[in-house]
Amino acid sequence: MAEANMPVVEVKDLKKHFPVRKGLLRRTVGHVFAVDGISFTIGVGETLGLVGESGCGKTTAGRAVLRLIEPTSGSVKVGGTEITGLSKAEMRPYRAQMQIIFQDPFSSLNPRMTAGEIVGEPLLVHGVASRREREAQVAALFERVGLRPAQMTNYPHQFSGGQRQRIGIARALALGPRLIVGDEPVSALDVSIQAQVINLLQDLQRERRLSYLFISHNLAVVEHISHHIAVMYLGRIVEYADTRSIFTRPQHPYTEALLSAVPVPDPAIRRQKRILQGDVPSPVRPPPGCHFHTRCPYAVARCKVEAPPLREIAPGHQVSCHLR
Amino acid sequence: MAILDHDAALARAGANVTGLWSQAAFLARRYPLGAVGGLIVVAFVLTAAFANVIAPVDPLSTNSRASLAAPSSTFWLGADFMGRDMFSRIVYGARISLAVAVGATALGFLIGIAIGLASGFLGGWFDLATQRLMDILQALPLLVLALVMAASLGPSLENTIIAIAVALVPNVARVVRSSTLSLREQPFVEAARAVGMGEVRIAVRHVLPNTMAPLIVLATAQLGSAILTEASLSFLGLGIPEPYPSWGRMLSESAAEYVRTAPWLVIFPGVAISLTVFGTNLLGDALRDIFDPRERT
Repeated sequence: MAEANMPVVEVKDLKKHFPVRKGLLRRTVGHVFAVDGISFTIGVGETLGLVGESGCGKTTAGRAVLRLIEPTSGSVKVGGTEITGLSKAEMRPYRAQMQIIFQDPFSSLNPRMTAGEIVGEPLLVHGVASRREREAQVAALFERVGLRPAQMTNYPHQFSGGQRQRIGIARALALGPRLIVGDEPVSALDVSIQAQVINLLQDLQRERRLSYLFISHNLAVVEHISHHIAVMYLGRIVEYADTRSIFTRPQHPYTEALLSAVPVPDPAIRRQKRILQGDVPSPVRPPPGCHFHTRCPYAVARCKVEAPPLREIAPGHQVSCHLR
Repeated sequence: MAILDHDAALARAGANVTGLWSQAAFLARRYPLGAVGGLIVVAFVLTAAFANVIAPVDPLSTNSRASLAAPSSTFWLGADFMGRDMFSRIVYGARISLAVAVGATALGFLIGIAIGLASGFLGGWFDLATQRLMDILQALPLLVLALVMAASLGPSLENTIIAIAVALVPNVARVVRSSTLSLREQPFVEAARAVGMGEVRIAVRHVLPNTMAPLIVLATAQLGSAILTEASLSFLGLGIPEPYPSWGRMLSESAAEYVRTAPWLVIFPGVAISLTVFGTNLLGDALRDIFDPRERT
C-alpha cells in the first residue's frame, strides 16, 4: 500500500495572525503573530511532540491544524487532501479523521450531559442512526478507555479528573480518527494519573495505528511519548528532530536551555544550568532577525538582522540558528 | 453545577439529600425568608387556580343595595361602588395577575433568550446592533416602556402581556448573551465543533442549557415586577379593561373618590399587590443565593 508511507498530516508554512483591534471602529492596529510559518509532517502511528513555553503558539498551532481556528495562511493536508479551503460540509469527513483531547478535564465536558451522551455525540452528529447501536459503541469505548459501561448514565461531576480525561479520550476515539491532537492532555492531572493516561494513549496508538500531535510543556512526558519533537519559540519551530537527538544532542540554544531546566531525579548529578534571562518578547512585536536573539547567550550581530531558516544539519535534524 | 454543589453542602450538613421533603425542609431552615416567599407564591398560585371555589360570589355580579358596603360577614372585604364583592374580585384578580406574570415572563424570556443567544454566538454586527437596541430599551424604566407599548397597542389582556414582555426582553438578553460569550469559548463547545456539529445545534445543545441557572433566578424576580407593572398599567387605565378584576384597576377606580369614605376599596387590593410582589422577591432572593456558590460559605 502506497498509503502506508503517506503522512497522516502534512503542515506547510502554517500561519495564524490574530488582529489586534482598537477604538470605536475596531480598526486593526497590529497582529499577534501566534503561529508564524510552521511546517511538519506526522506519519502513521507516530507521535510528534510540540514543546515550548506558554504563549509560544503551540496551542494555536494545534487548533489551526484542526481548523478549530481558521489559519491565516499555509497548507494542511490530511491523508493527502488539502483541507484549508474546504467548506463546512466538505470538511465533515475529515473532522472524523482528526480529533482533539483537551487540557482541562472539567471544562471539556458539558456538565449538563451524561458521560454516555458526551461520548455518543460524535456518533450522533455523523449519523450512527439507531440509539441502540450508538449505545453499544459507546459502551465498547467506555470499556476500552478503562471506564465501566454502567457509568454511562453518570454526569461529569461524578467522575475524578483522570476519569474525566478518559471520557474525553473516548469521545475523541468515537469516530475512529487517524490523528489526535492532544493539547496538554495530562498537565492538569496528578502525576500518578498522568502515567495511566499516557499509557492508555500509547496502547491506543499501537492498537489503532493512531498518530498524535502531542502539545506539552512537560519535557519528561514528551520524551516518553514522542517519536519526533518540534521545539517552538514565539510562533516558529526552532528545532525539529527525533526524540533521541533532541535530548542527547540539542542544537538550538533555546532547546539547550529548555532541557537544562528539566529536573533530574538524582541529587548526585550536578549540571550546568543555563537559565534564560528576561521574558518571552511580545508576539505582537516580535524582535527582528532571529526571534530568540534577545535572550540568546551566544547571539552575534547577524542574529539581530537576519532570521535564520530551518536548515537540516544532520539527517532528520533541523535547526534554525546561524551558529550551527 | 451550582445545584449539585448545593447537594454536597446538604450532605455535609448531614441532611438526608435523597428525600425531596427533607431537602425542602433543610433549605427552608437555611433561608427562612425565602420559605416565607415560597409560601406566599404557592398561596397566590393556589388562589388563582381555585378562584371559582374560593370566591363566595361571582366577581362581576353587581348589587345596587350593597354599594360601598363596609366589610362584614356577607362582604368579607366590603363591596365596591357597584356592590361587587371585593373578596371575590381580589381572588379572581389573582388569576389576571398570574396570567400576566407568567405570560409576560414566558414571552419576554423566549424572545430574550433567542436574542441573547444569537447575539452572543454570532457576535459581529448582529451583536453590535442588538446590543445598542437593548441599550435603548433598557435606558427606559420598565414601567415607562410598558406604558408606551400598552398605550400604542390599546388596553386588553393580550396587549398588556405583550407590552410587559417587550420590557423584560433586554434584561434576559443581557444575561443570556454574557453567559453565551464565555460558554462559546469552552473546550466542550470546541469539541462539538471538532466533530463537525453545526453552529445552531451547538448553540441549542451545548450553550443554552448552561445559561439556565441564572435565568431561573431572574425569572422569579421578574414575576414580581410583571405583576407590579400590570397593576400600574391598569391603574393608569392602560392595562386590563373593565369589568375584569385587576388589582391595579381596582386600586385606581377607588383611590381618588373613595379613599376617605370606603378605605377598604383601596387597602385590600394594595395589600394583595404588595404581598404577592413581596413574596416573589423573597423567593427570588433566596433562589439567587441557592444557585450562586459565592453566596455560600
